Formats: sequence, C-alpha cells, structure tokens
Amino acid sequence: MNITVRIWRQHDRAAAGRMVSYGVDGISPDMSFLEMLDVLNDQLTAVGDDPVAFDHDCREGICGMCSLVINGIAHGPEALTTTCQLYMRHFNDGDTIDVEPWRSQAFPILRDLVVDRSAMDRIIQAGGYISAPTGSAPDAAATLVPKKDADRAFDAAVCIGCGACIAACPNGSGMLFTGAKANHLGVLPQGQTERHERALAMVNQHDAEGFGGCTQIGECTAVCPVGIPLDMISFLNADVLSALPRKQD
Amino acid sequence: MSISQMRHAPRFASTLAKSHRMLACWLGRAYGWHMGTGQLRSVRSTAVRSSVMLHAAMAVTGLIMILFLLAHMYGNLKVFEGQQGFDGYAAYLREIGQPLLPHAGALWILRVILLASVLLHIFSAFVLWHRSRHATAGKGGWRYETTRNRRGVQRSYASFTMRWGGVVIGLFVIYHLLHLSVNAIAPGGASASPYQRMVNGFEIWWVVLSYVIALIALGFHLRHGIWSAFASLGANKSVAGRRFLNQLATIVALLILVGFLVPPLVIFAGWVS
Amino acid sequence: MEQLFTVGEPIQDAKAPAGPLQDQWEARRFGAKLINPANRRKLSVIMVGTGLAGASAAATLGEAGYHVKSFCYQDSPRRAHSIAAQGGINAAKNYRNDGDSIRRLFYDTVKGGDYRSRESNVYRLAEVSSSIIDQCVAQGVPFARDYGGLLDTRSFGGVQVSRTFYARGQTGQQLLLGAYQALERQVNAGTVEVNTRHEMLELIVINGKARGVVVRDLVSGTLETHLADAVVLATGGYSNVYYLSTNAMGCNTSATWRAHRKGALFANPCFTQIHPTCIPVSGEHQSKLTLMSESLRNDGRIWVPVKAGDTRAPGDIPAAERDYYLERQYPAFGNLVPRDVASRAAKNQCDSGHGVGPGGRGVYLDLADAIARLGRDAIEEKYGNLLDMYQKITDEDPYRVPMRIYPAVHYTMGGLWVDYDLESSIPGLFVIGEANYSDHGANRLGASALMQGLADGYFILPNTINDYLAKNPVAAADSSHPEAVKALDTVRGRLERFLSINGSRTVDSFHKELGAIVWEYCGMERNAEGLEHAVGLIRALKEEFWTDVKVTGVNEELNQTLERAGRVGDFFELAELMCIDALHRAESCGSHFRTESQTDDGEALRDDAEFAYVAAWEFTGEDSPPRLRKENLEYHNVELAQRSYK
Repeated sequence: MNITVRIWRQHDRAAAGRMVSYGVDGISPDMSFLEMLDVLNDQLTAVGDDPVAFDHDCREGICGMCSLVINGIAHGPEALTTTCQLYMRHFNDGDTIDVEPWRSQAFPILRDLVVDRSAMDRIIQAGGYISAPTGSAPDAAATLVPKKDADRAFDAAVCIGCGACIAACPNGSGMLFTGAKANHLGVLPQGQTERHERALAMVNQHDAEGFGGCTQIGECTAVCPVGIPLDMISFLNADVLSALPRKQD
Repeated sequence: MSISQMRHAPRFASTLAKSHRMLACWLGRAYGWHMGTGQLRSVRSTAVRSSVMLHAAMAVTGLIMILFLLAHMYGNLKVFEGQQGFDGYAAYLREIGQPLLPHAGALWILRVILLASVLLHIFSAFVLWHRSRHATAGKGGWRYETTRNRRGVQRSYASFTMRWGGVVIGLFVIYHLLHLSVNAIAPGGASASPYQRMVNGFEIWWVVLSYVIALIALGFHLRHGIWSAFASLGANKSVAGRRFLNQLATIVALLILVGFLVPPLVIFAGWVS
Repeated sequence: MEQLFTVGEPIQDAKAPAGPLQDQWEARRFGAKLINPANRRKLSVIMVGTGLAGASAAATLGEAGYHVKSFCYQDSPRRAHSIAAQGGINAAKNYRNDGDSIRRLFYDTVKGGDYRSRESNVYRLAEVSSSIIDQCVAQGVPFARDYGGLLDTRSFGGVQVSRTFYARGQTGQQLLLGAYQALERQVNAGTVEVNTRHEMLELIVINGKARGVVVRDLVSGTLETHLADAVVLATGGYSNVYYLSTNAMGCNTSATWRAHRKGALFANPCFTQIHPTCIPVSGEHQSKLTLMSESLRNDGRIWVPVKAGDTRAPGDIPAAERDYYLERQYPAFGNLVPRDVASRAAKNQCDSGHGVGPGGRGVYLDLADAIARLGRDAIEEKYGNLLDMYQKITDEDPYRVPMRIYPAVHYTMGGLWVDYDLESSIPGLFVIGEANYSDHGANRLGASALMQGLADGYFILPNTINDYLAKNPVAAADSSHPEAVKALDTVRGRLERFLSINGSRTVDSFHKELGAIVWEYCGMERNAEGLEHAVGLIRALKEEFWTDVKVTGVNEELNQTLERAGRVGDFFELAELMCIDALHRAESCGSHFRTESQTDDGEALRDDAEFAYVAAWEFTGEDSPPRLRKENLEYHNVELAQRSYK
C-alpha cells in the first residue's frame, strides 16, 4: 500500500505548528499504524530530517501512552481500539490520512504528536485512591464483595488513562476519566469511607486543570478504547451532589 | 499556551476568543472562575462552583421550565374551547389561591420562580460555555485541522446545538413575551383578549413561521436537555438507564413540540378564528 | 579464541541470618536497625522506575516518612510495563484448600527455577505473598470474585494447586494502578516527588556508596544530577535486547547496565524467559510481539498437525490427525508444563516441519473444547480482552479458528546481583523487581513476576533499606561534587558522541540486527560454537554502530532517536555478556538450554556438581574481559532433582 499522511509538526511547546504531508510507500496491511509511522521515520532519518515524535510504549493497547487523532477521531476509525492496535488493513491504498495530537488546553503540545498529560495524574493525586498504607490491610477475604460490584469496579478500572475522552470531547471535558476512577473506588466496600471526599476533591482538581464540563454528548465513550460507559459520569455527579450537603467525613 | 500557539487560528476565531476573554473577566468576577484562587477555599465551597454543580443547576432549572412548558401547552390547547374558554382560563390563572393570595399572586410567584430559573440557567450556561471554550482553545469540537469527522463519531444534532439553540430560544422568548404577554408588539392587531391576540397573530404567515422555527429549536434543545439533565443529576446508572432516559427525552420533546405547534397551525389553517 | 572472561573470588550473601528458613525473615527484620520516624524525613531515596516494584516501594517508603524522588521515562508512572502483565499473581493463601502452603509455593518456585535460586530469598517471597493480596484488596484492586463474593483463583503453569489471583486478563494493570494510586497519594502528601519523562543515564558513586543519578529530561534534553542517601533501581528487565519481545518499546537496560559499569555485579544474564504463548511474527516490519496470557493454557489445548507440512485449514484437520503434543509428552502436567518446557516443545514441533501459519513458525492453541464445555460466555468472561486483542492483530476470530501462537522473549530472570537485603554489590544501591536476579533461578513460573515485584516493593525493601540508612550516615553532597560532575560529563560526552557520528544507518536497524543475532544464538537453544560466533558478530556490529549510526537533531530537545541510541548502545554491551554467560554455563537448566547438555529424550540436563551457582559478573573495563564471581547455591530444604513434568 502507498499512502499519504498529513502530520502535525511542531518543534516544541512554544513553536507554531502546521500540517505537513509525507508519502509513505510499501506499507503492509498487517502493519500497525505506529509501525507505519516507524517506516516514515526511517525515511525521514535517511534524508536527515527530524523524525516525527509520537508517544507509544507497550504497543499492545494497555499502557495508554499512544494517542493520535486520526482523521479527526481519537485513536482512529476502529471502535474499542488504541492507535497501537489499529492496523493498516483498515485503510486503503492511496488514502490520505490526517494525524494530529490530542488537543486540549490542559494538554500542552511538547513536540509534534507528543502532549503533556500530567493533568490526569494530578486528578488522581487529588483523591483517586483508597488510603491503605502498606501493612495495614486486613485479610483479603475478610470483606465479601458482591460479584456485581466487583465487576462494576473492574469495568471502571480498565481505564487506561490515555486521554482520548478529553481529546474527543467538544467541551474538552475530562469527566469520563474522572468518573471512571470515582466509580472504580466508589462501588467497592473498601472505598466507601473516602467516597464523598474523593468525588469532591477529584472534581475540583478536574476543573482547576481547565477541563470543560460534561454536557452528556457521549463522544468520549464512543472513542474510548476500552469502552468506559457514559454512566460513570452520572455516578460521579451523584456522588458530588450527595457529598455537598454532608459535613466532611 | 495561547490560542495562536496551539494552532493557527483564523481571524474570526481569534476575535471570538477575544470576546470570550472579556466575557471571562466579567464571569470570573461574578462567579469565581479563577480556580487558582480557589485553593484557599474549602473543598466544598470550591465544589459548589464546579462544572458538576453548574450542570446540576442547569438541570434543575431546566426541569422546572419543562414543567412550566407542559402546563403552558395544556393552556394553549384551551384554544379549542373557543374565546370564552380560553380567556376564562387566562383569567382563572390570576385567581389561583385567592383569597389567600392577592389577585395574580400565584402567577407572580410562578413568574419569579421562572425568571430565577431562566437567569440561573442562562448564567450557568455562559460560565460552562466559557469553560469549555477555554478548554478547547476557543474551538470546541472543531479544534482539529482535519475537516474529516467534524461531527465526531456519534454526536447528535441535538447535542451539539444546545448552546446556539438556547440563544435562539432565549430571543424567541423575549419576542413571545412582548407579543402575547405584555402586548407590546401586536402583529395582526392588539386586543385585550388573549384569545384574540393569539388568533390575530397566528393568521400571519411569518408569525407562524417564526414560532415553528423556535419550537423546532426548542424540540432539539429538549431532546438533549431532558436526557442530559437527568444524567447531570446522577440518574444515568447503567446502559439500560441511558436508553430509558433518552427515550423519555424524545417522547417529552415530541409531546411539547406537537402540543405547541397545533394551536398556531390550526389558527393559520383557519379552523379556529 | 581470546579469553572471554576471567574468574575472580567467589561471593556470598552475608545478610540472610542463619537458622531455619521460616525464621530467617523475622530474624532479619529484628536484626535490622530502625530509624526514628522524625529522622526519616531527613533521609532521601532515589527510586528509578515506577512499575510494580518501583511504585509500591516509593509509596511505602513515602508512607514511612522518607523523602522519595521517583523517576520514570514514561509520561506517567501508570504506564510502566508491569501494566501489560495479564495472567495473575500467586499467593500461598490456600483459599481453595487444595494443599497449598508457603512451603509449597517455595518448593514450586525453586523447582520451577530449576534449582538456580537462593532458598532464603524464595522462602521469604512465599512468606509475604499472602500479605500482597491483602494489601491490594485494601487498595481497591478489583480481583475476580465468585458469586459468593469471595476471591477467585486459577491454576497456572508448573504447579498443581490453584493459587493465582487474577483480574480478568489484566491483572498487571490492576495491580499497577493500585500501586500507582498509592504513589500518587504520597505525591499529594508531599513525601514523594515524581519526575516523569526523565531517564536515568548514569549512577553517581561517592566514596564507594551509591549516592545519586544523572537523568535526562526527555522533553528539554536538560541533564540533571540528583543526590540522595540511597538509590533504588526498579527498572525492569532487558528482554528488548532481542528487539522483538513482549516488552514495551521503551524498556531498556541502561539503568542496570550503567550501574554494572560502576561496579554492580550482573548475575545470570543468560537466563531469559521465552514465553510459549505469543502471537507469531507476521513480517519484517514488526516492532513488538504480543503475549497471550499463559492462563489460556488452562482452557486451551495446544496441537499441531500430525503430518509435517500439512497446509489444511485447522478446521479441516480431523481429531485423529492432530498431535496434542504437550498432553502426549507430559501427561501429568499436560498443557500446563512450565514455560521453558512448553516453548522448547513448540520450537521442536516447528523445527520438524509441523509448524502452522506463515513460515511454519506457529502452533495451534485451541479453545474449541473449552467453548463446547463451558460455553462461549464463560470463555469471554475469562479471556475476553485477550481474544479481542488477538483478533485485532491477526484479523482471525479465536472463538471460531484456533489461535496461532509461538514463543517470544518475555522476561529476564537475570539482573543485577543482590543480597538478601536486595542490596547490590555497590553499598547503597538497591535493586528490586525484575531488575534484580533474585528469586526465579533459571526459569520463572507464571504469575510470579507480579508477586516478586510487589513483595520487593511493599514488604522487603522497606524493611531492609532502613538498616543501610541507619548504619551509613553520609555527608550531604550536591551536584557540584566532583563525582557528580564527572558522571554528568560522561553522560554529556556519550550523547555528543552519538550526535556527532552522523552515519548512514538508523538506530532501529542496528537494534533489529542485534536482536536477530541474540535470538539466533542465545535464544531458545544455545551451543558453544554458536555463542562464540555470536560474540564476534556482536562486537563487529557494535563497532559499526559506533561509526555508522545516524542520530538526527540535537540534545536540547525532545529527541526520541537519541533516547533509543543510548539504549541500544547499552544493549550491545549486555548482549555480549549474555553470550559469554551462556557460553560459560555448559549445562542446561530452566530457560537456558544448551544442546550439548540434554537427556536422551531431549529434556534439559543440569550439572549440579559444576554449575550450582549464581554467575555474577564484574565489569573490569571497556576492553577487558568480565570477571566471573560465583555465589555457590546450597540447598538444605529442597532436594535437588531432575525436573520432571511427565
């Protein structure tokens, strides 16, 4: 396959960026999208150009490092798929593919397709945990967890923290990410004690990072590579609303 | 990072961004937008200003307005009882609660609640609008260079016209109040009888058209607004719940749309005069 | 051939207390000096890496009150490659009442490691395993549960009890998120400072003690020196020396190799685990291999066509013409033999022409019987995400067509040598998790890596590092210290050298070629002739690398090519040591299969008289051969036996 990619090139945080077109030849349908970029980078290096910087690590869809908005869709056209698990067989010979970084005011572009997502870490820092210092734990079987709660927690906990929800949201909201963590910990018996304070602290940090509010459009859940459902946000909303009238736990 | 650093912004967009910044200053003072200073606040007083709370406020006020709309729609349908029935109903509205309340007292209570709801709804909308513009360098869902998939993967028309739809509805409400409530403008001729004002107005094609357009905008607004109001209040608990709320929103939006469209269309068609 | 190595004085672990195994850990903890909580905040610890071991250790040390400086090359601590571990985590809970115990977990691990690990360490690992599960549940790790709300377990390769706790096929992710959240909690508390997108490029040793690191800020290129009272490396394994492995693209040996060059002994580098169930290579372009959890072997049956060169679709091959070779060769363990055995069996099938798929490098892993027995939903519940991933990569539906699998490099048992306290041969340098060599001997059992990483991080290091810190007060030093300046200059010089070569070949092309050499000669089967040949090939390629590599750009920017060049440069040196280690160990054991040393039926043949030791290698200089320091292994609690899974 021969394709053309139009890629956002930007040298650093302060520089202006622009879309640049490159032809990439000899692409196999069995290549992943990132392997296609590897081929492009080999081409660029051969002629002494700077290769395209892009984030990637595990290349098996779990670490959440890869990003890329491909033809306007975060993680590309395939549902429930990270960019690293997107294969070139989903494109056609002769296609022109637009590749851009996650765009959000809270995600400054560091170079080309690489953005700074530390805002998401700070949301976790604000309260996305259960306070269980090492050594303090009771026996694992001491508390029964109904299977439906364990499953629900798991469905929320599979969030890979990639930020696609934010990249896709017309409001630039991070509520799906925040809601998933609040849900994961909030449905487990171990997470009840801090449940309300957690919800408030995370939402406050979410707003402080400059993410927008959620208008329930659902674009986030549609691009989410692990299918975090939209009801995570409603769960968080309910926790915040019920926390406000309470005194601090 | 400024907007121009994020990407080359067309001039109109930067003008838009400038006006946003001015709006931000105003809203910032009015509503404590600047979260940097919020660190001194307690967790709760910060959370009261959170997007979650603003959306909850929009949801509650929106639902109040929907209840009003349903009652209003019911009243409109009195047009089929003729002038006496309709005007009698209008007069009755002023007598509710008498003698406990003064004449038109209940109506005024209702008006105050409605006005407060409208103001809070609009105010929250502006703050949230500002925040989402800020979060997306002023361009919302159109912040990518590519022109492909501008409508995203599954965005509905209703969901991404909420804000402009709201503006259209707001302008219409002003026009509507001037026309049928305070009787300040009177296409087709003024009258002391509400029934007469209504009939006079809706015999004119452009008045009907303006109402039809506004009601369609309202329909879209409600279609997404009702579902998202419940979701904002925490009622969307599951995939099945999401489906139910969406169906409910469609039904209520259609009900209100049809209920409001019937009287003007019937008048225009000449079946009521 | 010139002499490839010299032999030096033997070494011995001096920290494990004498006495019965089950009393050692308690005795050690009691013997360790403690530090008053008020004094802990004056002490700082550098933690490199934020995987299971690094994140859990940083969080725990932070909770204890130390000041921790944590570093990772990823953009968030949550992305460390522990996240990709699928199958589960072992613990001797015996919730199933199936005869499990600390002693059995200890025994299984020593046996699984083919008797090349230290008894004291392994016993301690088994001892703390239960606390790990308690800790993780308390943090909110959503382990699989049954309908009664109790924790579910499954069985894994190489054992006959069901002691593996799991969270669908994403156990590593869930455990890492637990540790990550604990870490971020400490960031919030102000005890831990996390530096993301920072890569360690040099160790700073002052007066013989590890005192700091030189890191490169991967965004700006700025070189920074950080000093502390002790340094902990939790930087994972070096499987990426093979280029194609199941590791993340960024996994590397630089931190451990730089420490090795500064005097830390590197133990058993040739013990690299080849995982039997990975998705086969599909072409030249391939950048990494993807693991299919070993847990699939619980329900999947492995087979190849009886007839060599059979090209029929799997569905067209009748049962009688299928060879379920693991069940045939190892009736007792069947499809659940340890990884090294399963991998080599697959290789043998493919070598003899029975392989399936493109190039004949693959065997079938068939879920059809399990789907017929348990139903599709049950299989989806257990393995859904794995099977989805398989389908995405191969475009084949594993619910209908048997999966094709082939072994791939997955884990490295070798690593920096550590004593019972997890301290390396450089005082003050501790090494935890996969980065050290400690607990798995010559082969790691499934679901034991997560156990070891978290055991080291949550429970072991935080109870041993205090002894070092209490006994070794050091004078404050800052980045102007001559040793720090020297280390910084070394790093700068090396980066400048990369940028000045301006050759004609990309870093990746060298890495691929190096990987192919190591895979060919130091992969699933090794022999003396091949290994000697490989050393020559590696040296020649390294020479070419340092004269012909092309690194674009400058240091003072986000430069991913420069990052990779540094990592590949270190892989060259490690690869050579791996081959020398494999060459000197003229026995087969665990993952290390020397064709010269096998039983009549082709199983690994150990030589306990000659090789019952840990080979710890000392760096003696750029152009001088490494020195072998043996740590003899003594077994008082386990009888050395030829492993048999038949």
